[in-house]
Amino acid sequence: MSSSSTTPSPTQRTPLYAQHLAAGAKIVDFAGWEMPIHYGSQLEEHHQVRNDAGMFDVSHMVVLDITGSGVTDFLRYLLANDVARIQTPGKALYSCLLNEHGGVIDDLIIYFMADNWYRMVVNAATRDKDLAWIRQQTEGHDAEIRERDDLAMIAVQGPNARDKAHTALGASIDAARELKPFFAADCNDSKGDLFVARTGYTGEDGYEIILPAGQAGSTWEALLAAGVKPVGLGARDTLRLEAGMNLYGQDMNEDISPLEAGLSWTVALTPEDRDFIGRTALVKQKADGPANKLVGLILEDRGILRAHQKVITEHGEGETTSGSFSPTLGKSIALARIPAATTGHCQVEIRGKQLSARIVKYPFARNGKSLFD
Amino acid sequence: MSNVPNELKYTKSHEWVRTQTDGSVTVGITDHAQELLGDMVFIELPETEANYTAGDECAVVESVKAASDVYSPITGEVIAINEELADTPEIVNQDAFDTGWLFKMQPEDPGEIDELMDAEAYAELIAEEEH
Repeated sequence: MSSSSTTPSPTQRTPLYAQHLAAGAKIVDFAGWEMPIHYGSQLEEHHQVRNDAGMFDVSHMVVLDITGSGVTDFLRYLLANDVARIQTPGKALYSCLLNEHGGVIDDLIIYFMADNWYRMVVNAATRDKDLAWIRQQTEGHDAEIRERDDLAMIAVQGPNARDKAHTALGASIDAARELKPFFAADCNDSKGDLFVARTGYTGEDGYEIILPAGQAGSTWEALLAAGVKPVGLGARDTLRLEAGMNLYGQDMNEDISPLEAGLSWTVALTPEDRDFIGRTALVKQKADGPANKLVGLILEDRGILRAHQKVITEHGEGETTSGSFSPTLGKSIALARIPAATTGHCQVEIRGKQLSARIVKYPFARNGKSLFD
Repeated sequence: MSNVPNELKYTKSHEWVRTQTDGSVTVGITDHAQELLGDMVFIELPETEANYTAGDECAVVESVKAASDVYSPITGEVIAINEELADTPEIVNQDAFDTGWLFKMQPEDPGEIDELMDAEAYAELIAEEEH
């Protein structure tokens, strides 16, 4: 086997770094952050989330508060999805941030907080380019972007995640009890604000909790005491892959439109008079019919699908964009971008051999269960 | 800290080699290597009777995380493979130096084995990597 070496660069630590070390984390560099890849076994952590409750430190993600009297108009211009759909406090929306060509600069979640105030969570790896782009677009709008580096973020996910979170955090998050999926509640208590959203990146129920950095440690410890186990970025990736959720930079990028990334449902082309960045390109692409589509693959031969393997179909070639062993299915799965007309089966080239894969509609697993035999 | 048995020989690319009484060798990946790779989910072994030169890619170990090549530590012919790994690749995680062996080879030149690293040199190598 070959060993890899990484170039040393200044890295950052989240407020939970000590907790990771205490839990036996194997630390890796992720987008300039020293993050836990696993705490012993990625497979066990994966099953922990599908079957019970796990927690992730996602404090490296970027929380932005966007405020101003023109903020709704600004966001309706900036984002491919339409914030007019979330004019209720706490309501969340998934959207792509597009360039003029309809390519994806990043994907994000945005929450309506109050009149003239939205909260956006974007990816750590794209932080600088996102901020530069968003600030550049504010010209002519009364909208101000504030980076909330004072906040940490913990995702608690799994069928028992919400119960255990309420046991751990008690009255401080009572306001979250009645939340519907994709809604958030601002829970104020004496120690500070806990922003609790019923969202996630695993295909399981649970919360994403945004909280003051100084409260992260005690919150983590309380969750740990309630039986929520730490889960690293490794299992986060296999969980989101099984759930059929795109990973920015891997399943989509600035050369790929949401229509070719399985994200048409996040592009609000109506009302037709809403002008947003990338609209013209997407309308044209939709009329022409996108050349490619994103599908799920289940490998039928022995082996493991990985990103960037060649896919051979009767309509031409494609490529896997994410691939792994699926702990829930016990088989290898992938997301792949292939010619739009393809259905049925395809071949994937792995180390010179062509292996057979079944083309399926993702997600592969959700709410603790495999969706395939 | 990883386990490094004294009686084995090692390569820089983290394979171990055990010489059997009949002159053949058993090859696997080290405990340090399995620890770095994490949970094994698939292992592609060489064909028996295949011939390799020292340093050739001859197997692939895949963990949930990534695929890694395994290099032939010596020049010779593959005479057996560990069939158990097809259904239970996790043996490599549990017992890298014994039941988690990958394949056996008949060396072309037994002298080649002496040139591999001993336990002390290998322990130093991984200590350096860990810093």
